[in-house]
Amino acid sequence: MAGSTTMATTSTLSLHQAPGAKGGSSATTEPAFVCWLLIGSALAFLTLFLFVPLVAVFVEALRKGFGPFFAALVEPDAVSAIKLTLITAAIAVPLNLVFGVSAAWAIAKFQFRGKQFLITLIDLPFSVSPVIAGLIYVLIFGANGWFGTYLQDNDIKIIFAVPGIVLATIFVTFPFVARELIPLMEAQGSEEEEAARVLGANGFQIFWKVTLPNIKWGLIYGVILCNARAMGEFGAVSVVSGHIRGLTNTLPLHVEILYNEYNFSAAFATASLLALLALVTLGLKSIVEWRSAKLIDADAPTENIQK
Amino acid sequence: MVRKLAFSLLAAGTFGIAGTATAADYTLLNVSYDPTRELYQDVNTRFIKQWEAKNPGDKLTIRQSHGGSGKQARSVIDGLEADVVTLALGYDIDAIAERGLLSKDYQKKLPNNASPYVSTIVFLVRKGNPKNIKDWNDLIKPGVAVITPNPKTSGGARWNYLAAWGYVLKNGGNEAQAKEFIGKLFKNVPILDTGARGSTTTFVERGQGDVLLAWENEAYLAVKELGPEKFEIVTPSISILAEPPVAVVDKVVDKRGTRKIAQAYLEYLYTPEGQELAFKHYYRPALTEKDPFLATRNKNTFTKVKLFSIDEVFGGWSKVQKAHFGDGGIFDQIYEKK
Repeated sequence: MAGSTTMATTSTLSLHQAPGAKGGSSATTEPAFVCWLLIGSALAFLTLFLFVPLVAVFVEALRKGFGPFFAALVEPDAVSAIKLTLITAAIAVPLNLVFGVSAAWAIAKFQFRGKQFLITLIDLPFSVSPVIAGLIYVLIFGANGWFGTYLQDNDIKIIFAVPGIVLATIFVTFPFVARELIPLMEAQGSEEEEAARVLGANGFQIFWKVTLPNIKWGLIYGVILCNARAMGEFGAVSVVSGHIRGLTNTLPLHVEILYNEYNFSAAFATASLLALLALVTLGLKSIVEWRSAKLIDADAPTENIQK
Repeated sequence: MVRKLAFSLLAAGTFGIAGTATAADYTLLNVSYDPTRELYQDVNTRFIKQWEAKNPGDKLTIRQSHGGSGKQARSVIDGLEADVVTLALGYDIDAIAERGLLSKDYQKKLPNNASPYVSTIVFLVRKGNPKNIKDWNDLIKPGVAVITPNPKTSGGARWNYLAAWGYVLKNGGNEAQAKEFIGKLFKNVPILDTGARGSTTTFVERGQGDVLLAWENEAYLAVKELGPEKFEIVTPSISILAEPPVAVVDKVVDKRGTRKIAQAYLEYLYTPEGQELAFKHYYRPALTEKDPFLATRNKNTFTKVKLFSIDEVFGGWSKVQKAHFGDGGIFDQIYEKK
């Protein structure tokens, strides 16, 4: 499998070079059959590992027809899973949006001690396994955890309840917005902000009228990715959920439950909902990428800021 | 503004959970193991109907949580507020009792060692039994692929392992022979899933292996759900009496004021109606001697099999756990040798 991945990368590279080269085949160093072999293997790889599984989800979901498909989605446990997933995303995404923008703003526009440490800290959730992310909250808020006794005495439920699920989700989606904005804001530099300051704008005005419009598309892109992960997270949420049906099951957990109950068509129906969400996300992402590329081209045709 | 929305949603989420405890408004949480989902869905519906009829004005909701038995016990220890636990084996409830959440003599508080239903370990084979598997000694033949979950993580798998061990002892073998037998058996296991349901799916859905060691109820359910034309059940000459106990979690019910209803819920499992439901989901009802009708049906459905109990052969769970499944225990020794 490793072999075909390398091939896929190679062929993508040769694809990128091809249009730029003059005179077509004379400029490419590889013989035509090598090109086709590489393109073919890349396509076969993509079809086999990405496209077929995606189609399979929808085929399996509709195997028993549209009736059972919709029945699986309006069933009370499914509805509560959908609700919980939406609530979780509705809390996690805005919080990470606020955090991501502030962190990126601080890191890109100011110099301070411990900056590198902060960047590393932001990356932490990417490098830590989601299961560990869940377990740390159990260790902190669990009955035998650091705050366990206090929480129990005051009847506050964190893990095995909605707050725990939200916390775990916030943890795993932490880097998405910040990571998207930092390189963009660093590339843009702080000249425009400095100009605004010289012209007498206050901090809020600078942020609202200068910085925000510049990072708008990058921000939307980050939010979309953050949202996709927030709704699809399984590992971390599974650890803190307690798996109480109709109460602490999110959509991904609900899929697993249905699958384990031999309820395959319902499991795939629910899975197709998540797959659909992923497709919508990808669509939005492409639109945002396309729009921002166009804007950047229009703004600065000579210098390619994003690359 | 976004933040305000977020906080109000968070508040709504929390209240949704906390706000159910008004005067006649009860929720129970039953934390159970993997294969009991269907059983408790039925039990809950019927019990709620009965309770609300007897106590007009009450509104009862029963929540279920399922997963590997050991993992579920861990969650209860970590603060999952279960009013009752209905787990795969006594050891897991013992672990909860050790943390002081319920009293250690819970198995004396309800009839039949607090096990309203029992089960055993049987073999599920492909239709026509192509490898001709009849009894435990057929499992160690070369070329027979056996599917069982990992005894380190799965309650069901521990019962599988102990049933095979007991088979050797009951046939006049000694401990060394039993160890050798288990060693050979696990050489024939290509995949160790973490839970009973995972193994069942591996065997029936993915078509792996020649024989699945399974809970009797799990085997019957698989045959019913996935087609009698594809599988058949083989009952060995002797097997283990698997007693999955149930218990009220004292600390939780006292805190939440649900003791009366939790107790009634577990007692319901011993009523003729509860026993009937257990039977319907292919458990062997524990109190058949009091109910001749159920006893007859029991006899007609389940193949008669000689059953030995864990206390009789192994001297109880705590001993078994330490000797066989602890770190460096017999299972580790066998599996490392492989």
